[in-house]
Amino acid sequence: MAAGSASPRPRHHIVSALVENKAGVLARVASLFSRRGFNIYSLAVAPTDDERLSRITIVVDVESAPLEQIVRQLDKLINVVDIFELAPEDATEREMLLATVSAAPADRGQVIGLVGVFEGKIVDVGQDRMTVMLAGSPSKIDDFENLIRPYGIVELQRTGRVALPKLARRAARLRSIAGGSTPAPNDNEAG
Amino acid sequence: MRLTGAQALIKSLEMQGVEVIFGLPGGAILPVYDPILDSSIRHILVRHEQGAGHMAEGYAHVTGRPGVAMVTSGPGATNIVTPLADAMMDSIPIVVITGQVATTAIGTDAFQEVAITGVTMDITKHNWLITDVDDIPRVVAEAFHVATTGRPGPVLVDLPKDIANATMDWYWPSSLDELDLPGYHPRTTGDPAEVRRAAELILAAERPVLYAGGGILKARGAEALFELATRTGIPVVTTLMGRGTFPDSHPLCLGMPGMHGNYTAVTAMQRSDLLVALGSRFDDRVTGKVAAFAPGAKIVHVDIDPAELGKVRRPDVGIVGDARIVMEQMIAALDAAGLGPAATPAAAGSLAAARPDLAPWLAQVAAWQKEFPLTYDQVEGGALKPQYVLEQLRDMSPDDTIVASGVGQHQMWASQYWRFDHPYTWVNSGGAGTMGFAVPAAIGAKVGRPDKTVWAVDGDGCFQMTAQELVTASAERIPVKIAILNNAYLGMVRQWQELFYAERYSEVYLSPDLPDYVKWAEAMGCVGLRVESAEEVAPAIEKANGIDDRPVVIDFRTDAFEKVYPMVAAGSSNDDIIVGPTEGEGGR
Repeated sequence: MAAGSASPRPRHHIVSALVENKAGVLARVASLFSRRGFNIYSLAVAPTDDERLSRITIVVDVESAPLEQIVRQLDKLINVVDIFELAPEDATEREMLLATVSAAPADRGQVIGLVGVFEGKIVDVGQDRMTVMLAGSPSKIDDFENLIRPYGIVELQRTGRVALPKLARRAARLRSIAGGSTPAPNDNEAG
Repeated sequence: MRLTGAQALIKSLEMQGVEVIFGLPGGAILPVYDPILDSSIRHILVRHEQGAGHMAEGYAHVTGRPGVAMVTSGPGATNIVTPLADAMMDSIPIVVITGQVATTAIGTDAFQEVAITGVTMDITKHNWLITDVDDIPRVVAEAFHVATTGRPGPVLVDLPKDIANATMDWYWPSSLDELDLPGYHPRTTGDPAEVRRAAELILAAERPVLYAGGGILKARGAEALFELATRTGIPVVTTLMGRGTFPDSHPLCLGMPGMHGNYTAVTAMQRSDLLVALGSRFDDRVTGKVAAFAPGAKIVHVDIDPAELGKVRRPDVGIVGDARIVMEQMIAALDAAGLGPAATPAAAGSLAAARPDLAPWLAQVAAWQKEFPLTYDQVEGGALKPQYVLEQLRDMSPDDTIVASGVGQHQMWASQYWRFDHPYTWVNSGGAGTMGFAVPAAIGAKVGRPDKTVWAVDGDGCFQMTAQELVTASAERIPVKIAILNNAYLGMVRQWQELFYAERYSEVYLSPDLPDYVKWAEAMGCVGLRVESAEEVAPAIEKANGIDDRPVVIDFRTDAFEKVYPMVAAGSSNDDIIVGPTEGEGGR
């Protein structure tokens, strides 16, 4: 669960669009955001299991425009096949980070330790630098980035988020015995 | 059957039922111009590619069929960018074919290379760059389907020269299933529960207004609107794009709302308790300051484009669907609630029987109409008033005359003073405000409806932007008539400078006689006439209406100081409408 569940409505929402895998589709999406004044926080594009389709995962700033407008305008693009929005609390989100960190022999043990705690990987090692990789929830990546920063970040690259809807959790033990109404799947944002 | 790409393109256009192409050839589109010689499709050779685009728009406006334009790559394609933007804003279905440099040359800065699909991405509903000759028939079918269904709009198909020269086995998609449009499924039928809620709001309203827009025309919904209005007895405002959807002569018609709308249309919306928006989009020129627009009104919003619902004003009931179909659904829902056709009593015990009496509201509306009519003053022997010219032109021309206009003061006066009693008789550039629209749009309209009289009402500033298309009209024997309201100024800009910039006139003076419009008209093969006083107006119009073998241009020398009223200043509330020059700021 995202930290700060007591904070006001999140600024960011995730829009997940299934688009035709054709030339220029990303340009159409980016251009729409630009001309309508919508802000993109991060964007990730990749093929799906169906070679005719790609998925674009966009984290949007819902303060720049109402989410409903963003989704409906995107849906009007002829190449957008399907689109859905995900509130952060309803989504399983992951992101990957690659960072080259200064790690002189004296610091190396501490950096390796941090990578281990965060279940990351060391993917390359040089004389006084190493490149580390970490995949995880965006907040975990944020935390890791802050912790390695004091050692000296030479280069850092994040992928932007990808996300899928959380699966409905309706385990038998959680069902109301009195037979009252069961909460709808994903209806877990009360309070 | 083995065809070249060029032949396949022309054959595809024939399969779509295209009867006319407006265009101008050039290097990259050369292969496609060869099979035109053997085609049944008429080609009209324009003098500038912008003209081709606006002609296609004018044709689409009056026929409801997509207009087709064809131009070459590079500057040919960029010259048609303005018509594409214009058609995008006003949801006009046009199909533009552009030549492109060979696929092997794309990206090399080749001669006359412009990546026109990139340039027009934001001002087309969709566009295509064809890279495989086998795709041509399918893409043409997709282009026409996308342009004409859902919310209509312009599309562009870019055809590289080597693809036009390659060969393919001819086929034609036999159904929509063979098109490759997995993400395109426009919804046309309204949600029945929402339609019922809309009917309930209509039957509960005390001060309702139907806010009829251009979407009704695109949906061929004028008859449904007439039934809805007369059955419910609700007054109708018709927006700039919707003029003619409901007859101006009908007692329920309040005319045009908005920045230069009449007092009654503007104020009825402001005071209403229910606005039923039908194919209209709460444009800033209609709403004025949005926060102060129709503050007491519940909103029913019907639009085929889901993104319009809630874009400007959040509806109480939002219905996605085709305006005609949804209005027919509403009529059925009203019927079910006990409201029969006009002049039949409501069914006893029904929702309709408990409906508030609209008589006080209609009496209020009628009182506004009486107190605040449109006014102008044609003084005998005084300067010629543009409104007088328009009233004479209206009264002396056939009832179903098609009127095209440019953009500015003359456009507003034409919309205000013409009496639109038929749909598809008003052709103008609403959203984009494209000066120079009138002449080519009128030519396209006349090509589409050769049986009708077509008058372009133009300004002197607008006329100078696209007048060369009258050469096209003369050469092709398209007898359009042009009324230039020549006030020697960029009049609307002049009006704003007078009212809002302390009469500091900056770069708005054009001169009444440079160019000499009569000589220019004659040089282009037209009849040219000049009118300088009120008594000359009627004889000149009579003469023009009698000419049917060539275009006519009348240079009406009108009063440069006349301003368009009423007026709601930009960013102001519609409550602060200025009715005439004696009120509000400035004026003579």
